[in-house]
Amino acid sequence: MNSFLKAENLKFSYINNIEEPPVRTEVLKGVSLDIKKGEFVALLGHNGSGKSTLAKCFNAINIADEGKVYSCGFDASLEENLLPIRQRVGMVFQNPDNQIVATIVEEDVAFALENMGVEPSEIRRRVDEALKTVGMYEYKDHAPHKLSGGQKQRVAIAGILAMKPQVVLLDEPTAMLDPSGRAEVLKTIKMLKEEMGVTIVLITHYMEEAAQADRIVVIDSGNVVMDDVPKKVFAQVERMKELGLDVPQVTELVHHLRQQGVDLPCDIITEDECVKALYELLK
Amino acid sequence: MLKDITIGQFFPGNSVVHRLDSRVKIIITIAFIVMLFLPNSFYGLGIGMVFVLGAFLLSRIPFKMMLKSLKPLIPILLFTGILNLFFISTGDVLFEWKLIKITTGGATTAAFMIIRIIGLIIGSSLLTYTTSPIALTDAIERLLSPLKKIKLPVHELAMMMTIALRFIPTLIEETDKIMSAQKARGADLETGSLIQRAKALVPILIPLFVSSFRRAEDLALAMECRCYHGGEGRTRLKQLKTAPRDYIALFVTAGFIALTVLADKML
Repeated sequence: MNSFLKAENLKFSYINNIEEPPVRTEVLKGVSLDIKKGEFVALLGHNGSGKSTLAKCFNAINIADEGKVYSCGFDASLEENLLPIRQRVGMVFQNPDNQIVATIVEEDVAFALENMGVEPSEIRRRVDEALKTVGMYEYKDHAPHKLSGGQKQRVAIAGILAMKPQVVLLDEPTAMLDPSGRAEVLKTIKMLKEEMGVTIVLITHYMEEAAQADRIVVIDSGNVVMDDVPKKVFAQVERMKELGLDVPQVTELVHHLRQQGVDLPCDIITEDECVKALYELLK
Repeated sequence: MLKDITIGQFFPGNSVVHRLDSRVKIIITIAFIVMLFLPNSFYGLGIGMVFVLGAFLLSRIPFKMMLKSLKPLIPILLFTGILNLFFISTGDVLFEWKLIKITTGGATTAAFMIIRIIGLIIGSSLLTYTTSPIALTDAIERLLSPLKKIKLPVHELAMMMTIALRFIPTLIEETDKIMSAQKARGADLETGSLIQRAKALVPILIPLFVSSFRRAEDLALAMECRCYHGGEGRTRLKQLKTAPRDYIALFVTAGFIALTVLADKML
């Protein structure tokens, strides 16, 4: 069982019942995707492309209209698989304020475990472990509203980690944070992948974050349009612009230089690579 | 400015009062309210006040905090005092001038009411000062759990209280932001008649409501993602456990109630 999250010809529509007759908007138009254990996948797409909807399908929040979704081997369309899937596939949202339930940090991290009916002594152990993992253990008695955005988001991640999930879906976790908060959260995400072997699906608008993933999946109006390693995806600068997406700043710089006839490789996505390539060129 | 509001504020500490089981604390608070309303003499009332002040000293909460909790209620205290003083006309007349008549009966009732209200506030604020909101809602859930039998949604009520407490600071912050935003667009919130000022609040309340609904939706989703499925089969991180000190506290409280009744009858 190597494939962890699997979508087969997945279709999903939102139905607006307020209008008469009800309006159906098809958001996912037959998505097929296969994400393997331990992968770090960045999901890109402009607003309304269906990337959040797709993530919610993997978590059994949205149930597919057509096609199949398997999360960690469970069929997401079956009611009895709901809780097993949500224990294994954790989800972190954009606004840290709106996903913290309790008035004390450690109580919030314990929330999922309390719902799962875990023994109190085991809850204590796992809460402490999760808080230590994200580096928020010293704040366990604090009130969440007094923390910074990055800290709140790390508490939210700890709340998911306490469930010991195999996959963590992050829906624009850094969109509302300042640069230092963003760095904190990204560091935590990478650590989850590298040290704990958690499979990561990161939805983001920051291309520098996406560049750190193992694989990038680009969604456009409900279809998967690109699916490759970051270097290959970002090398297609024109195609990305057509889809309403950016590329990392260094990639854009190299792209312009190449257009002016400067001899640089087209698959540069990090600052270090760019510096090295320019150094080689000017030596 | 809105940040100064202190609803159900909690002062973490390690005193005997802090460490009492929150269920026991709620029961004692209710017993204390009974203690305040049972007696008809100042002796009985005095014993009740000794009880609550003793508890306050044990909790090591700064005395200042007690005065602070009383401050917003001064108008209510004055109002009840004056109302009782002038409108009850039993007993001997102490003072009479035109329509105003003060009698011994009025004076004692006024003093009684004021002491009772003060006692009530000190007692209830002591409860919230020494008990974390979570422990408090947990205790309410446990104390009310027999009512589940008559289909009262006890767990849901407790969860609603927890979430309300959690979102008070968030929504206060949000209100501040919306007020600044509306002021920046020229909204006038401070001048005008009462009705005009009430009308000026509409552009603040509507965005606040809209964003609260959005938050509620997000929160519901986040809770579902963390396997929330109602109160069934839930465990708790912090178990409520009674210790010998809880029984001693209950015993002492019972003793004080007996004393109050006795003092009232004998003296």
